[in-house]
Amino acid sequence: MTSTTALVQVRELEKSYGGVNVVDGVSFDIHEGETFALLGPNGAGKSTTIEILEGYRDRSGGDVSVLGVDPHHGGLDWKAQLGIVLQSTGESGNVTVHELLTHFANYYPHPRKVGEVIEAVGLGEKAKTRIGKLSGGQRRRVDVALGIIGRPRLLFLDEPTTGFDPEARHQFWGLINQLKDEGTTILLTTHYLDEAATLADRAGVIMGGKLVDIGTVDEIGGDNARIPLVRWRQAGVVREVRTQEPAALAARLFAESGGEVDGLEITRPSLEDIYLQLVGSNATPEDQP
Amino acid sequence: MRTLALGASRIRYELRIYFRQGDSVFFTFLFPILMLSVFAVAFSTSPKLGAAPDGSGGITFAAFYLPGMVAAGMLLSGVQNLGVDIAGEKGDGTLKRLGGTPLPVFSYFMGKIGMVLVSSVLQVILLMLVARFAFDVALPTEAGKWLTFAWVFLFGVITSCVLGIALSALPRTGKSATAVVIPIVLLLQFISGVYLNFAQLPGWLQNVASIFPLKWMAQGMRSVFLPASFESAEPGGAWNLGLVALVMGLWLVVGLVLCKMTFRWIRKDT
Repeated sequence: MTSTTALVQVRELEKSYGGVNVVDGVSFDIHEGETFALLGPNGAGKSTTIEILEGYRDRSGGDVSVLGVDPHHGGLDWKAQLGIVLQSTGESGNVTVHELLTHFANYYPHPRKVGEVIEAVGLGEKAKTRIGKLSGGQRRRVDVALGIIGRPRLLFLDEPTTGFDPEARHQFWGLINQLKDEGTTILLTTHYLDEAATLADRAGVIMGGKLVDIGTVDEIGGDNARIPLVRWRQAGVVREVRTQEPAALAARLFAESGGEVDGLEITRPSLEDIYLQLVGSNATPEDQP
Repeated sequence: MRTLALGASRIRYELRIYFRQGDSVFFTFLFPILMLSVFAVAFSTSPKLGAAPDGSGGITFAAFYLPGMVAAGMLLSGVQNLGVDIAGEKGDGTLKRLGGTPLPVFSYFMGKIGMVLVSSVLQVILLMLVARFAFDVALPTEAGKWLTFAWVFLFGVITSCVLGIALSALPRTGKSATAVVIPIVLLLQFISGVYLNFAQLPGWLQNVASIFPLKWMAQGMRSVFLPASFESAEPGGAWNLGLVALVMGLWLVVGLVLCKMTFRWIRKDT
């Protein structure tokens, strides 16, 4: 990763409202072609950080470079290279999906084909339906379609799959993997840790405005957080042991019990387990709402 | 070039949305027509205005109210329509999304103003047709009058649009926009000679109204639609078209400066 260029550079980023730092010394890089997930509880500073990178908010301190430009001074040529899917946006309900995307495609120098984008977000059958008649999840797909219509070099996805049913979410993951294959760099925030685990190359965990961990999805939380868990039932009581040698333990249990072990499970902590541990151990009273 | 092309594309897009919005079309597009009809019907049995002592000549109330309704339509299309529309788009995140695209602000304004120009031209044509054929109002026949009509109308609508864009910065939320904008335009209509005969208002109120552009739009339109004999009833006894242009021009400049100072795609840091 060190040989590729950083499309996004964030150094000691700070944002304060009324003397309170909601983003407090956050630093990270996103490299070309990479998908980076920013994780953290509500109010941790994820959206504030992403909106500073998008140019919507001014920072209070630190340095930020997005595609080589300070977002505070980003002009129209700079915006033409970005795709932004915000947490919530409005649009007149009185245009059809096809009309809306055709219009937005005008804004960009090298837009994708409208029909292809509509198919890609799974709205093929709704192309001629007015936005106002779509369900919440379908509207969210329109948001995603608007984010990618301009063939962005860097795509911001702020909780893109909120309101999707499981099938739509899997379809969406397929779309993102396709964009990754085309070389799109992506910054993702999400509350779905399986989504981050599936899509992201690297992730950062932000809490109380500070970055508490950063690394590849396989590294987050450190090696200790990944020690497998062996769980079984003994005399009606559930027992749990964390060990680097789960098979050896299972074999020993098998030998001791002289047969199958009751309720035996061996699991590796998912990103979600690790994240919850991280968030739990970093929680201080002032982080609580 | 790209800015102008995108502006034209915005005009088409805005018009499409506008004419699909039943309630908005009804209230700003047909409002002056409905009001003219109400006044024409309410006073249909009253004696004619400005008649000679022997009862000859004079004009009907429909004819008398037409210029005020034309002026009100100009104000409502620009100030009320855009003030509420843009505040709403700011509130529901439409502008935030546009702010994240390479759409120039000027193209966005062009779309709004173009949309208002097209719809207000259709509106005023319809209003004049209703006046002519439903209420038998005689329309001007001289080319000079129509030239005056054209510049007062265009100038007035564009000024109203710019003021509407500037005013859209005032409401704190999209939902409060109508509550902020409607009282302003309603008050202006009452003091500027739209609903009440301007010549009969107290002098101090006439002076207050003269600060604002609607009074001058209405005056310009009276010069087009009313007979020459009504000119002496104007303050100063003349149509004063030079002053009409000057005051509208000043408001246009004020509006442009306010737009430049206050227009943002989003309310930053709130």
